[in-house]
Amino acid sequence: MRVGVVTFPGTLDDQDAARALRLAGAEAVPLWHADHDLKGVDAVFLPGGFSYGDYLRCGAISRFAPLMTELVPAAKAGLPVLGTCNGFQILCEAHLLPGALVRNAGLHYVCRDQRIRVDNASTAWTTDFAEGQEITLPVKHGEGRYVADAETLAELEASGRVVFRYAGSNPNGSLNDIAGITNEAGNVVGLMPHPEHAVEELTGAPGVDGRGFFSSIVRKLVNA
Amino acid sequence: MPTSAMSVDTVKRAAQTPDERMPFAELGMKQDEYDRVVTILGRRPTGSELAIYSVMWSEHCSYKSSKVHLRQFGTKAPKSEALLVGMGENAGVVDIGDGWAATFKIESHNHPSYVEPHQGAATGVGGIVRDIMSMGARPVAVMDSLRFGGLDQGDTRRVLPGVVEGISHYGNCLGLPNIGGEVVFDPCYIGNPLVNALCVGLLRKDQIKLATAPGPGNKVILFGARTGADGIGGASVLASATFEDESQAKRPAVQVGDPFMEKLLIECCLELYQADVVVGIQDLGAAGVSCATTELAAKGTGGMNVDLNLVPLRDPTLRPEEILMSESQERMMAVVTPGDIAAFLAICEKWDVPATVIGEVTDTGRLVMTWDGEVIVDIPPGTAADDGPVYERPFHEPLGQHDLNLDTPDSLERPSDLRTTLLQLIASANLSSREWVTSQYDRYVRGNTVLAQPADAGLLRVSEVMPGAEETTRGIALATDGNGRYAKLDPYAGAQLALSEAYRNVAVTGATPLAVTNCLNFGSPEDPEVMWQFAEAVRGLADACKTLGVPVTGGNVSFYNQTGSAAINPTPVVGVLGVIDDVAKRVRSGFPAAGLRVVLLGATYDEFGGSEWAHVAHDHLGGLPPRVNLEAERDLAAVLTEASKQGLLEGSHDLSDGGLGIALAEACLAQGVGATVSLPGGDAFVDLFSESAARALVCLKPENFETLTDLCARLDVPCYGLGETGGDSLVVEGVLEATVAELRMSHEATLPGVFG
Repeated sequence: MRVGVVTFPGTLDDQDAARALRLAGAEAVPLWHADHDLKGVDAVFLPGGFSYGDYLRCGAISRFAPLMTELVPAAKAGLPVLGTCNGFQILCEAHLLPGALVRNAGLHYVCRDQRIRVDNASTAWTTDFAEGQEITLPVKHGEGRYVADAETLAELEASGRVVFRYAGSNPNGSLNDIAGITNEAGNVVGLMPHPEHAVEELTGAPGVDGRGFFSSIVRKLVNA
Repeated sequence: MPTSAMSVDTVKRAAQTPDERMPFAELGMKQDEYDRVVTILGRRPTGSELAIYSVMWSEHCSYKSSKVHLRQFGTKAPKSEALLVGMGENAGVVDIGDGWAATFKIESHNHPSYVEPHQGAATGVGGIVRDIMSMGARPVAVMDSLRFGGLDQGDTRRVLPGVVEGISHYGNCLGLPNIGGEVVFDPCYIGNPLVNALCVGLLRKDQIKLATAPGPGNKVILFGARTGADGIGGASVLASATFEDESQAKRPAVQVGDPFMEKLLIECCLELYQADVVVGIQDLGAAGVSCATTELAAKGTGGMNVDLNLVPLRDPTLRPEEILMSESQERMMAVVTPGDIAAFLAICEKWDVPATVIGEVTDTGRLVMTWDGEVIVDIPPGTAADDGPVYERPFHEPLGQHDLNLDTPDSLERPSDLRTTLLQLIASANLSSREWVTSQYDRYVRGNTVLAQPADAGLLRVSEVMPGAEETTRGIALATDGNGRYAKLDPYAGAQLALSEAYRNVAVTGATPLAVTNCLNFGSPEDPEVMWQFAEAVRGLADACKTLGVPVTGGNVSFYNQTGSAAINPTPVVGVLGVIDDVAKRVRSGFPAAGLRVVLLGATYDEFGGSEWAHVAHDHLGGLPPRVNLEAERDLAAVLTEASKQGLLEGSHDLSDGGLGIALAEACLAQGVGATVSLPGGDAFVDLFSESAARALVCLKPENFETLTDLCARLDVPCYGLGETGGDSLVVEGVLEATVAELRMSHEATLPGVFG
């Protein structure tokens, strides 16, 4: 199982992403933003950071990266893709996922351990969770308020494409407490929280609730 | 007066016009300092040379007022096998075992953070991170030691949110976890907030880089951001005085940071080190190109030729004097052999980092700079970098010091309702939860953070920091502390107490303290009373470092933190770095579970001088700070590290501001686990709120209690079984009871109540 980890010049969580994949038994394959090359990977993880500095709008420039021009059609053809934080923002900017992420309601960057409810346990990245299960993952972002027009929201809700919701207090003012969503096919998942920071007892968030993401994708690829 | 391109003040012109008046006073230079420059050069300096000498001989760069005192950090330094690089380089480097080394340093950005809090604080982080990079290390974490005016003072609401946002934005964009630090409020800082930023980096022992330019023929490369008009307040005097150009006179005095460029620089530098194409390297901070060229040349073969026209500019109208003084951020200078130039530039290109060859190393012993083909600088670089003026400033004990020490807290009315006192203290400006601040910092990025705030010290895993490097079980711990009220009452003891607390905070995690960095924040050195505080603090810190066996590896002095004649409380901030052999054996902060024995280590005396209680309850500052007991600190640390090694401890917490009462409450709040304790006896108020040093609170499984008491007996550390963890309240039998929920409500409401 070879899972690509994308690095833009301003990517920050790529080391964590690679570690989380390794711990789950996958091979983490570095993918460079400037290459037109997915290196034949079986899935892709777009980790958080500030891609190209994000001075314009988070992820707005990244969607035009050479690597993204390869990734977008591959994702549309069914390649499993996970985007966390800035990765989620990039997936929205690239229109692989609907809606957008705007400045937190509190106007401050927020780093905290957040309870999250799993509302869809059938995507490529969530089969090892149970629907309704509550997990704790770190959030850390300044622009994580999920917004979409009423029609899109209604469609996401009706089709079960809201994958994660903030439980307890909503850290950023996201509509419908949305923390993460998926595309129609369920292969592309984006969320603001950081599963890659919750995979070891020693470091990161209290607990190892993030492991489920990586065991899910490994199981899927093994069975594929 | 000549104009335009003709107007550059050349060495030739300086020789021809020996009597031309140079604006040295406007640049902060004294007449005798200027005379010395003339003696060194044998003629008047050119405008560009004056720019170099004026910034290099400034207090900030030359340490001219502090040098005679700081020497004690060297002469009194304890023998340490761990010290690989000591003071005088960009940062000290310490051997942490298994082939790894750590480099760390704390630096102030106080004045800019008052003028423009966001950019001032942001560029403070940027500057210290570049110091760490220039040692050859990967920066792995930051911390900040912050002081603001009173929480109820209006300007604090302007300065604090801006400073926190600046640190948050810059540090978070760099992908450096922020793992600790301090936030302190006191009206004495209202016009002079303190922003002290610390960075720590890791490297392999054989990869240390130094700021040196050896090898004639080697090239000098300036890389990173283009040079703009940031932070050249002083240079405009030169420009306008020489060129009568009004437009040059209005320049921003505070630098503006671009964290994305800094992130690129970090990755670019690491790849350059990996490729082994760097002979010497220096970051550009205060005094920019002036500082980098003179210091590199002085420490290398001794000479350098630079063509200033080649410096890439953001503002093409900049004059050479301004280029020399610009403090534009995110710039580095490297010395590279001609054969490695192509490889060097290719790596910069990969990371989109502009890089330009601007000069060459020579063996002439002269730093020569040209502009439009004319020589505008021709100086021996060491005279600017190392041979600045040194002052033995007069100092004497402040006139009111004796009275201040006589005004003890003994006469203050002590409370009978200790529950109310506890709730009041835990909600006070300085003891309340710092979460409003720290939740704006990323503490998780890179996945090596084992402990972060509100733990007593930050703790990082060393393994996995650099891909491909050898595995290790080791971790590094870091803490900063400082108490301006203690230092005001007795600067000698205050500096030692700051060291004691940081040392203790490192030890409670299970780590062994190894080395020290410091940031000395004081008022004007021209005030003999301030100078006395400074001299005493340095003497105290140097003596304590010697006793505790932890050398000072570097640091920074910030003078002139005063408004009018009112100086801040003297505030030596001390950072301590420690190592834990097996990071998995670290001890968490607070009470993790019910059913554990709660134990107090160390002796408690009736000590309230400079205490948080005297400050909060009576707005009183007088008497003497708690007694320093370095032997007791060392023994306590030995107990803590040995107990952690043996796996005896489940939780620990240092006792400091607010004493045992606050430590108990914080330990309960850590995981929401209560405790029932009995005090050792005597006076409950003293037991709960005295701030005696050399104490810690630990909890452990009952079956380990005897082993701990034996260990304590062996090292002569007092040890009292206080009670047991459990329940949802803190119960101090016969004295007070408060639910954890009540404590939390009081603790967490204060900062959000002010800052939203």
